[in-house]
Amino acid sequence: MDEALRHKNWRLTIKLLLMVAAATGFAFALVPFYDLLCEVTGLNGKTGAAVQGAQASKVDAARWVTVEFTSTVMPGMSWEFRPAQTRMRVHPGETARISYLARNPTNQVMTGQAVPSVSPGWAAQHFNKIECFCFQRQVLKPGEVKEMPLVFFVSPELPAEVQEISLSYTLFPVSG
Amino acid sequence: MTEAIADVAHDHRPPAGIMRWLTTTNHKDLGILYMSFGGLMFFIGGAFIMAVRAELLLPGLQLLSPGMYNQLFTLHALIMVFGAIMPFATGLNNYLIPLMIGAPDMALPRVNNWGFWILPFAAILLLIPFFLQFSGTGSGATGLGWMMHNTSLDLQSGIGIDFAIFTIHLLGISSLTGAINVVVTVLNMRAPGMTLMKMPLFVWAWLITAFMLILVIPVFSAAATMLLTDRHFGTHFFDAANGGDPILLQHLIWFFGHPEVYIVLLPAWGLIPHILATFSRKPVFGYRAQVYALWAICFLSFIVWSHHMLTSGLPLAAEVYFMYSTMAISVPTSVLVFCWLGAIWRGAMTFETPMLFALGFVAHFGMGALTGMILPDVAVNAQYHNSYVIVSHFHYTFFGGGIFGMMAAVYYWLPKFTGHMFDEKLGRLHFWLTTIFFNMTFIPQWFAGLDGMPRHIADFALRFSTMNLVSSVGAFLLGLSQLLMVYIVVKCVRGGPKATGQVWEGAQGLEFTLPSPPPRHTFETPPEVK
Repeated sequence: MDEALRHKNWRLTIKLLLMVAAATGFAFALVPFYDLLCEVTGLNGKTGAAVQGAQASKVDAARWVTVEFTSTVMPGMSWEFRPAQTRMRVHPGETARISYLARNPTNQVMTGQAVPSVSPGWAAQHFNKIECFCFQRQVLKPGEVKEMPLVFFVSPELPAEVQEISLSYTLFPVSG
Repeated sequence: MTEAIADVAHDHRPPAGIMRWLTTTNHKDLGILYMSFGGLMFFIGGAFIMAVRAELLLPGLQLLSPGMYNQLFTLHALIMVFGAIMPFATGLNNYLIPLMIGAPDMALPRVNNWGFWILPFAAILLLIPFFLQFSGTGSGATGLGWMMHNTSLDLQSGIGIDFAIFTIHLLGISSLTGAINVVVTVLNMRAPGMTLMKMPLFVWAWLITAFMLILVIPVFSAAATMLLTDRHFGTHFFDAANGGDPILLQHLIWFFGHPEVYIVLLPAWGLIPHILATFSRKPVFGYRAQVYALWAICFLSFIVWSHHMLTSGLPLAAEVYFMYSTMAISVPTSVLVFCWLGAIWRGAMTFETPMLFALGFVAHFGMGALTGMILPDVAVNAQYHNSYVIVSHFHYTFFGGGIFGMMAAVYYWLPKFTGHMFDEKLGRLHFWLTTIFFNMTFIPQWFAGLDGMPRHIADFALRFSTMNLVSSVGAFLLGLSQLLMVYIVVKCVRGGPKATGQVWEGAQGLEFTLPSPPPRHTFETPPEVK
């Protein structure tokens, strides 16, 4: 192999290695991009962060929306975890408050994290939480029972065909 | 200059015995090493699935615990895809690409040697935890399925997953060295007059495969790395409790996994036109159309990954998009299939073993492709997802397509590699046994799947008994008949009627202008390509 060709080969090799590096960077960039995409579009039923209360938004008193509440406890988590009430009728724009109940039946201090999901997914961006126990990890002492609040409103921009929204919380164990 | 001369002098006296194979940078030696390794892994991966089919012979659990069952099908898949098919395809490109484009060797011979010698260690790393469990150490090899996302975070927390992650890193490095070598060789080292649009289709297919590897292997390695740091270093990429998302793991892995399907298939698609043209005594049909179709499939393969995840709760708009984009792949794929049919249309066909395997490839791959047209349908997928329908479908593409193609290639170029003709009668027998038992194995699986039999489970409902019995017996016989190929290849290496340079009447291409077997160094003076 002559010197010129050897040089040419290494130059191309370096370019291809840069492509490999770029593809690796792309893979890691997909992580925040995926989060952003879910947040903006409400894919996965992902709800946004806390919003400021009231917003003085006009309450659409002519319209009713039923919000249903469910709970799931992941394997490996021994807490009891359920909503205090399973359904509620609200007007869009009206601020509402309910609570979830958690009990730690073990004799250890345990930490849990609830992860919300809204169904149908395209309603997620119209479901606004002012205050939620899912914003922080919850720590329960042995035998402790806790009433955890959720304050929310459904925005009046909610598409008219949506008459029911399900809000599901999945409780995960947090180790360490 | 003196250094270059010394290199050449050294190269003409390869070390004897084992050191020749350990230190070789010769593309033909490495091609043979890669192909032998792929062949060995084909039988190891096959042995694992024989145990799985033995468990599925009868309803109930007879031989294996469910955990052991999970390990066996996972290892079968990882070994077949990453240990057998991909290295074998790399071996073919090592041996054939320099001969086909008139280059003296691959562009990066030393890298080529490293790339190969990573493979045995990767295979050992993958298998160590499997064997350690029999001495009571650890909980066995990974049992997550080949795509690693059957909850890798906490349901199975053994060391097997970590070993698999490092195996993926090693295999990724090996694949990338091979891919970079192909691109550099093909783009820089073609003989004068060998323009891109004169290259044989096998070279084109491998060039495109190499670009796909360069773009998606890093994504797979990155996903495996994230899994590793999630498991051991407190990150939360996929851990929902801490703001991660387990679905993201599926997205990342299938973003790699779908192009990977074409990485497995493209080399076979590239070599089939050579064989069809030779045994039909016609030039390659629709050369330009096939090159464009290969590029189109390469592009489409990057934007369809979520059809593997249609039941993961995607919004309807996304599901419909992935349905249509997946179905769009059938357009360039049909171009290929019709070009293959055009190649034999009114040709003066003869049915030697390579031609039989090539025609078997077209028929079986066609069935795999047609079943693949049903699966992305959003409404239908909800029923067929993770059923034996999927298992049947992808074995028609991987075995009926990929492996039939590679076997056609073995029989087609074996006389070129060894200088001897193989036993044609036994070759044809091997084809018919493989075809009959292959269909006997996978047709019942299709109907069991239609009836609702789920995959990845060690037991099945009683109504699937007959279908599983037939499928298991078919699988045992399919496995046994592959031993015949070992006999044929060994016999051919040791002797037989002398092969001519052209080997087959009607064979075209630069590799057939050389004697059989080709001398250790070829095309040191580039040939003229008209």
